[in-house]
Amino acid sequence: MLELPSSSSRRPLAWHPFPWRLEKRAAPSGAMRIAAPLIAAAAMLATGFVIFAFLGKEPVNALYVFFVQPLNSIYGWGELLLKATPLALCGLGLALGFSANVWNIGAEGQLTLGAICGGGVALFFSAELGKLAIPAILIAGIAGGAAWAAIPAVLRTRFNTSEILVSLMLVYIAQLLLAYLLHGAWRDPEGFNFPQSKAFDDRVILPLLADGQRATIAFPLMLALAALSWVFSSKMFAGYRMLVSGQAPAAAAYAGFSERRNVWLALLISGGAAGLAGVCEVVGPIGRLQADISPGYGFAAIIVAFVGRLHPAGIVLAALLMSLLYLGGESVQLELQLPAAVTGLFQGMLLFYLLAADLFVGFRLKSGPRIVSVRA
Amino acid sequence: MRNSPPEPRLVLRGITKRYPAILANDHVDLRVEVGEIHALMGENGAGKSTLMKIVYGVTRPDAGIIEWEGDPVSIHSPAEARRLGIGMVFQHFALFETLSVAENVALALDDKVAPENLAPRILRVADRYGLPVDPNRLVHSMSVGERQRVEIVRCLLQSPKLLIMDEPTSVLTPPAVKQLFDTLRRLAAEGMSILYISHKLEEIRILCDNATVLRAGRVTGTARPREESNASLARLMVGTDLSEQPLQPREGGEVRLELRDFSMAARDPFGVALRHIDLEVRAGEIVGIAGVSGNGQKELLAALSGETVGAHGGSISLCGRRVETLGAADRRALGLGFIPEERLGRGAVPAMSLAENTLLTGSRAGMVRRGLVKHSVARASARATIAAFHVKAASELSAAERLSGGNLQKFIVGREIRLGPKVLLAAQPTWGVDVGAAQMIHHALIALRDAGAALLVISEELDELFTICDRIAVLTAGALSAARPRSQLNVEAVGLLMAGATAGAAAPGAAHA
Repeated sequence: MLELPSSSSRRPLAWHPFPWRLEKRAAPSGAMRIAAPLIAAAAMLATGFVIFAFLGKEPVNALYVFFVQPLNSIYGWGELLLKATPLALCGLGLALGFSANVWNIGAEGQLTLGAICGGGVALFFSAELGKLAIPAILIAGIAGGAAWAAIPAVLRTRFNTSEILVSLMLVYIAQLLLAYLLHGAWRDPEGFNFPQSKAFDDRVILPLLADGQRATIAFPLMLALAALSWVFSSKMFAGYRMLVSGQAPAAAAYAGFSERRNVWLALLISGGAAGLAGVCEVVGPIGRLQADISPGYGFAAIIVAFVGRLHPAGIVLAALLMSLLYLGGESVQLELQLPAAVTGLFQGMLLFYLLAADLFVGFRLKSGPRIVSVRA
Repeated sequence: MRNSPPEPRLVLRGITKRYPAILANDHVDLRVEVGEIHALMGENGAGKSTLMKIVYGVTRPDAGIIEWEGDPVSIHSPAEARRLGIGMVFQHFALFETLSVAENVALALDDKVAPENLAPRILRVADRYGLPVDPNRLVHSMSVGERQRVEIVRCLLQSPKLLIMDEPTSVLTPPAVKQLFDTLRRLAAEGMSILYISHKLEEIRILCDNATVLRAGRVTGTARPREESNASLARLMVGTDLSEQPLQPREGGEVRLELRDFSMAARDPFGVALRHIDLEVRAGEIVGIAGVSGNGQKELLAALSGETVGAHGGSISLCGRRVETLGAADRRALGLGFIPEERLGRGAVPAMSLAENTLLTGSRAGMVRRGLVKHSVARASARATIAAFHVKAASELSAAERLSGGNLQKFIVGREIRLGPKVLLAAQPTWGVDVGAAQMIHHALIALRDAGAALLVISEELDELFTICDRIAVLTAGALSAARPRSQLNVEAVGLLMAGATAGAAAPGAAHA
């Protein structure tokens, strides 16, 4: 009855062309968790070196132009902080959601809505609000982003839709809404038909950190929010509940942590943070509403959140790195006549190498033959 | 089969495996003959699972030899192990929940077979070995017991020469256990060797030819189980004598948990509807619910814990308050404690530390003040649980997933008991737990009862229910029999009720099993 394979079918050891093997670590490596982003950055640089060489540029010089030249001046450092601010703001909010298993991919749209709402207050109410104008504008921006993120929250908690798809599609609706306003009701009558609003009143423009550069007080505000987000997830019970919901939904249900509340909190926080990023851009360096307010900060922030290990301090550092990639990309466009796609290329490589390096958090590479039995 | 001199099928010599914190196997020797049913016994953390993972190619030993049919081999992957003819049924199942039974089996086979072609083969094996399994059912809708059947069938499909079974009977009814044993004996008679991991002494004595006993990573002895008594086997395993504490009869106090004509429709196509359930659990008593999993246990527990809210008729009252519409957190606030069947992922967050897992249900026990977590209080509480329940863990900062199943169970039981619940629900409280730990859990549950709490224990192990319960009811196809005092019941009567007989026919006098 029973078909036993005959013992002559036993095969010799398989020959493996690859002289290493992956072995699961007994515990995830904490050192590797921190080293992985550094390894990813190094691999990105090395690959960039090769790519520049293939493009016929002197690689060392190209890397210099990409990574060092942008920081040769106070102005350059200001730009670094300026671009890091919206990246970090979006990344901090997204990271809270990601660790709670809520996948908001539409920070770019929430950022746009934040800019529209905050910008609307700046355009039409700045005189009436007087000294309260700037706080009111920022709050309007947060509210706008949160309201936009509330749409996927309603749809997920009510109809069990995927917040990934809904939030992503809302990005394009938000951008069309902005364009609609700028081509119509909110267009500057003296703006030669450009799709842009009137310039905001000087009194509602965020104060600069220092003269000779463009970074505003939004940067220290972002640092304060990063600290707050750390307190939230490591010290507050509400943050703990979100972590549990993310890591073990059945345990959250067992403990009685509400899944609805989790989804709502995650989306409102990440939407509000993205909205703040958007409004800080328009009442900061831009100074008015215009059709393009963000070079994809909301999407790049997804990379920032993961490169930063979903940890606030990591996210701030990752945002600075990502900001440098934007600056470097512009710098090589101007100096070396390379295409704008170089920025995206470096961003992509960074994420790609990070995901690869992350394998070694849980596994280690062992060399040598795969033989375990030892003659005693 | 060839006519060869009877070489032992599997010999382990000096197997040693060290993990960062622990020496899991310390020069372990083991010998399994052709056609032998060999028991591997030991307490939780004794190193049984590690040893079996080494044989199955999941982990590699630091030193030692594995000989397969007389030749030294290196087994570097489960696929390699399967090629040699080693099959394993794990204690923690490795099934994809969103796939059907046939799809899961197809994934595990080393040669590619379309799931629809497998269905007849699955049915044949399932039928032959008395393991009813529907190949087209989705795994997520199946109970633990049903999932285990899938695992066993999946293994048997590969016609192994050595079958490793890790606690296989934990979730089977007595008749099903008998049937499985008949199957295993037949397999052994046909020449298959079986390595049977268990702590159920009774079963080992009935089934196994030889036993190897592990304690703290070392072989402490070998025995011929048929020539030993339960007590002598337990002594080999634990190192000391054990005694179950007899349950002192006790009058129940006021009704703490009450279901009146409670009904709930099934939530998914394979779920079980709960039908007109009446149940009372009083302060100071333990009520047991017997039954094979898949008869509504999962649904009843979720409805009681508040993980499923609502009712399609009838009521649930907790300490005098109607609670059908309250969520799990609100019911906890009223004094409900719950030990779920699944430890990892439900009773505990795998990647979080024991201290953080204490916080899971301890937010009302002083671990949260004004929305801020008091980590020091949570850590102290976790330390106290570890000490009081002899949990083997490096510290309260160890991740829950680093603990063995039995140790994590002790931790969860301790965590819930130390919160001082007025009503405690316990699902399979000693599933996969060794005798020593099971007894300790039983003592703790009885102590909670004697302190005046109301306990409801759902278990598939009748011996357990008869050891600790004042009254026992049986859940069959979503309907609950009346709870009777233990003194008026015996295992046969409950067995008949489990099989679906009416209460009258199963009364002790009428029992003819």
